[in-house]
Amino acid sequence: MQIDHKEEFRPKIVAFCCNWCSYAGADLAGSSRLSYPADVKIIRVPCSCRVNPMFLLRAFERGADGVILCGCHPGDCHYSTGNYYTRRRMTLLFSLLEFIGIEKERVRVEWVSAAEGAKFSETMNDFVKTVGSLGRNIRLGDLRCRN
Amino acid sequence: MQRIGVFVCHCGSNIAATVDVKQLVAYVKSEPGVVYANDYPYMCSEAGQAMIAEAIQNERLSGIVVCSCSPRMHEATFRKCAAGAGLNPYMVEIANIREQCSWIHKDMETATQKALVLARAAIAKVNLSTPLQEGESPVTKRALVIGGGIAGIQTALDIAEAGYEVDIVERTPSIGGRMAQLDKTFPTLDCSACILTPKMVEAAAHEKITLYTYSEVEKVSGFVGDFTVDIRKKARSVDADKCTGCGACQEKCPSKKAPDAFNRGLKMRSAIYTPFAQAVPNVPVIDRETCIHFQTGKCGLCAKVCQAQAIDYTQEDAIITRKYGAIVAATGFDMIKLDHYDEYAYSQSPDVITSLELERLMNAAGPTGGHLERLSDHRQPKEIVFIQCVGSRCADDRGKSYCSKICCMYTAKHAMLIREKYPDTKVTVFYIDVRTPGKNFDEFYRRAVEEYHVDYIKGQVGKVAPQPDGRLLVQGVDLLDARQLQIEADLVVLAAAIEPSEGVRPLAGMLTAGIDTNDFLTEAHPKLRPVESATAGIFLSGTCQGPKDIPETVSQAGAAAVKVIGLLAKDRLRTNPCTAMPDVLACNGCSACANVCPYGAITYEEKEVAAPGGRETRRVAVVNSALCQGCGACTVACPSGAMDLQGFSNRQIIAEVDAICR
Repeated sequence: MQIDHKEEFRPKIVAFCCNWCSYAGADLAGSSRLSYPADVKIIRVPCSCRVNPMFLLRAFERGADGVILCGCHPGDCHYSTGNYYTRRRMTLLFSLLEFIGIEKERVRVEWVSAAEGAKFSETMNDFVKTVGSLGRNIRLGDLRCRN
Repeated sequence: MQRIGVFVCHCGSNIAATVDVKQLVAYVKSEPGVVYANDYPYMCSEAGQAMIAEAIQNERLSGIVVCSCSPRMHEATFRKCAAGAGLNPYMVEIANIREQCSWIHKDMETATQKALVLARAAIAKVNLSTPLQEGESPVTKRALVIGGGIAGIQTALDIAEAGYEVDIVERTPSIGGRMAQLDKTFPTLDCSACILTPKMVEAAAHEKITLYTYSEVEKVSGFVGDFTVDIRKKARSVDADKCTGCGACQEKCPSKKAPDAFNRGLKMRSAIYTPFAQAVPNVPVIDRETCIHFQTGKCGLCAKVCQAQAIDYTQEDAIITRKYGAIVAATGFDMIKLDHYDEYAYSQSPDVITSLELERLMNAAGPTGGHLERLSDHRQPKEIVFIQCVGSRCADDRGKSYCSKICCMYTAKHAMLIREKYPDTKVTVFYIDVRTPGKNFDEFYRRAVEEYHVDYIKGQVGKVAPQPDGRLLVQGVDLLDARQLQIEADLVVLAAAIEPSEGVRPLAGMLTAGIDTNDFLTEAHPKLRPVESATAGIFLSGTCQGPKDIPETVSQAGAAAVKVIGLLAKDRLRTNPCTAMPDVLACNGCSACANVCPYGAITYEEKEVAAPGGRETRRVAVVNSALCQGCGACTVACPSGAMDLQGFSNRQIIAEVDAICR
């Protein structure tokens, strides 16, 4: 097996952003030209509570190296309580990841408001760096999905 | 199989300079379902939209993907365009290759590769989209304005003039807000009360406006066009219908120990009080905390002197529940607390005051009858130092990062008024920058310097030290001359930063309106939608959105009113069809979904459904699509995966995940 040391490892990152706060925060980061690595690809959801923890596992199965879920700050949810559900569900997912021996740093939950373009950009930069240092997601990736 | 068209926008050079649009077009043609792909300099233009419409008809497209700016920008545009060409508007997806790609990446190769991924995710989603039908909901033709300052008053007047009912809810006993506390207004120096009180009276007298003073919003539910609001009308202990506003009760009240909030605590007030002489409504309230009758059961003097027999000690808080089509937040601002700025000795010396306190001291109806004096020894100050940017433009977390915007101008006004009235007073202003962008603003500031000889010093003050003789030693620095300064002053005035009023955070929660890190309410778009919040039906007026002076506040108030009128003029609104949809075959009626629904949109019915070996009648979930707002909480809560969200279905999101990870 040959390993190409020259090629830098670029992590695959899926970001779920709620429509009302974080997606708007990402837009603000964009219109303010606050860059973050292109490894981050955003999926828009109405609310962070729309994100089934299974979606995150699916992403890992398909070869994502990190998944980040962004929602409104607690108390600011457009639907009043959605992000509280997210917080509980993700706490459970973190326990599961720990239990099965996956670095839980591969998953992150962040609250980013529509006014926090800078925070969005900083968060993504930091997350890419963290996941980059963890390396490729080997354990959860489904070999049949590798290309 | 769908027949998908992909339309790539150059956005002038905004996208095309960083993303290779031709390569993108060539790439998407090989994606499953794509039968047509093209690019155009401005897809949102009339010609661009015509191109989309033509392709939809000629190619018999069943779904389209537009690779352009954020869907928050032009999703509505392209949906309308699709609908015009006979395509269901919910068969449109946007790949955000501007905000999320071309604007944040510099390298063309990187940006193009990312754009390809974003496009294929959107294509994967459209492949699984289904046409959705919008519902309709009625509009309650009544508006609620929260806050009775100049912003709220102006918004309410404008809405009422258009013929719609408006309610104003004001927390304090009178409308008027901050503007009522001001003495004069810049840059014309006209008297604040003289221009405000006619508006207050007009609002109170308007047949379409109902005032709820001494009241607070307690609960908000519902959605645009159909909000239900609980208003707590606090017990006034005075019957407003009987009270004539003669003032005898206030005069005779023996308890005069409460700090007078209207005068910023510079004076004490009676337990039964109206905040100021021109209060609207001119009906006092009893502050039960300081009233002798409520504390000890004795006294009762006010009831004895009231000839109208309006005093009612038994009054209780009332909850008023009303329906509204639109809500305007006009909650205003307050000065920051100066606890973290003890170097200015605000807490140590009564002669260090804030600008708003100075405003009261200079007002003829204020605690000193308009005579400027030191609160410590009632002497007229001979040397006054103004310190700018106290807590504004602050680099650390002691203060606020933003510019409070109004301080430069009101300080110039104060300095000018003092020099006019007491020409022998020396006035010094320490500033970081003087910011005067406004009509006739710079001229006004220059008058302060040139005509009134106010001494402006660029530099900051490090310390204000009270001296044994009662004077204040101001230690500062003159940056232009690069020298340290020590000035003995009689009075120091701090231009404290402004911040949103207390309680705006829980209110924003109730309204589900966004709030920024400084607790200012967030507008839907910083340029194009400055008076709307991101939540439909919630509008912003005045300083709750950001620092503003009076003219700006009034124009924004009018703008908010126009938006409200535009909404109330409609008889019915289209509702979001992206609602939850249960699969009755998989549902077992466990109630997990109903338990997490914040809108009570899910109920259960006994239904006959297909089951192994025939049919059976069982309890299954039913979603009321008029109530469902489409958050999707239920979809994740459902243990059997029976609940799905239209427009953001499990299969669609998984397809996007797969497309991104491919």
